[in-house]
Amino acid sequence: MEEYLKLFVASAITNNMVLTQFLGLCIFFGVSKNLNASIGMGMAVTSVMTISTLLAWAVYNYVLHPLGLEVLMLITFVVLIAGLVQLLEMVIKKHAPALYNMWGIYLVLIATNCVVIAVPITNAESHNGFMTSFVLAIGSGVGFALALILMASLREKLQYADVPKSLQGLGISFILAGMLALSFFGFSGMITL
Amino acid sequence: MKNLWEIFYKGLFDQNPIFRLALSLCPALAVTSNVYNALAMGLSVMFVITANNVVVSIFRKWVNPKVRVPVYITSIATIVTVLILTLQAYLPDVYKELYLYLNLIVVFAIILARAEVFAAKNPVFPSFLDGLGMGAGFAGAMVFIAIVRELFGNGTLMGMQVFGASYDPALIMILPPGGFIVIGLMIASFNLIGEHQAKLKEAKQGSDA
Repeated sequence: MEEYLKLFVASAITNNMVLTQFLGLCIFFGVSKNLNASIGMGMAVTSVMTISTLLAWAVYNYVLHPLGLEVLMLITFVVLIAGLVQLLEMVIKKHAPALYNMWGIYLVLIATNCVVIAVPITNAESHNGFMTSFVLAIGSGVGFALALILMASLREKLQYADVPKSLQGLGISFILAGMLALSFFGFSGMITL
Repeated sequence: MKNLWEIFYKGLFDQNPIFRLALSLCPALAVTSNVYNALAMGLSVMFVITANNVVVSIFRKWVNPKVRVPVYITSIATIVTVLILTLQAYLPDVYKELYLYLNLIVVFAIILARAEVFAAKNPVFPSFLDGLGMGAGFAGAMVFIAIVRELFGNGTLMGMQVFGASYDPALIMILPPGGFIVIGLMIASFNLIGEHQAKLKEAKQGSDA
């Protein structure tokens, strides 16, 4: 149990997907302009990542690995995740329209996103067990959501700041992300796996 | 002929994937802490984007527009798999270092974007050049970022000492936070140059009139 807790904290904070591994930057910079959108996106990514990691784990360990078809891993995962997102979108649209209005657009965006596909690949590469894969997926998702929401809150404050013209927009956001990464860096060494 | 040159050239500066379009930033930060990795990653992306442009362009008449995105993604995934297997066999060090990011080439927005915007509508040779130009712009930007980071963060270039032993490296540059800050400042300087050029142009037009 303790080891899973450690893994969770490590994947959410010390090895944060966005701030130490640079995954999902397109979404990170695109969505963090708005706090509400960031919360929706963070939740959507966490849930899609968890479901797709479990599915990919099952496919890899019960189909690809026994048949010796590890070569096809990449194609399988991409198709699997894109299909899953499409399916989720249809189900949510039909059964929970309110939720769809909140999340719908983000779902499409994450269909082929590097955060969501990175976790299944990592799991397959290091031959992680079921629980480890599961915890890694949730931890990474929560870490992503955390970084996104923090960034969005910071950027809201930034609107009142007097930023030099050439730095406005993406430039200052990157520097802000650098500061945020620096503060997350302070946690490193807290947990070693 | 001039037209073909323009197709190649625009990816280098005007539509540079990293600085201008801000696409595919993940690898631009992740593997640029040393020049060698950045070069390997840049060339890999250049290969995938060019090969995929050619494939998409060859098959453009037979692909139903409704299913084009899955077709493109399958094509990209196949090319990336070929690339990874090749690197694994011939350059195992690079493979080990870049493994995760090589896999993630599959979902790079820039590759899908070029297939969709250019290769799906143009003949094979211009598509090839477009891929080559965009890929070269990407690789160039990667190497540029890596030179700055490795030089200041480690005092070396491609592993060779540049500043001498007395240089005290600014370690932050090769750590993740430094990557963000360097790119932020580079985007700002690109904007500054762009603004300056626009001003010059305006001044020139003003004096002409």
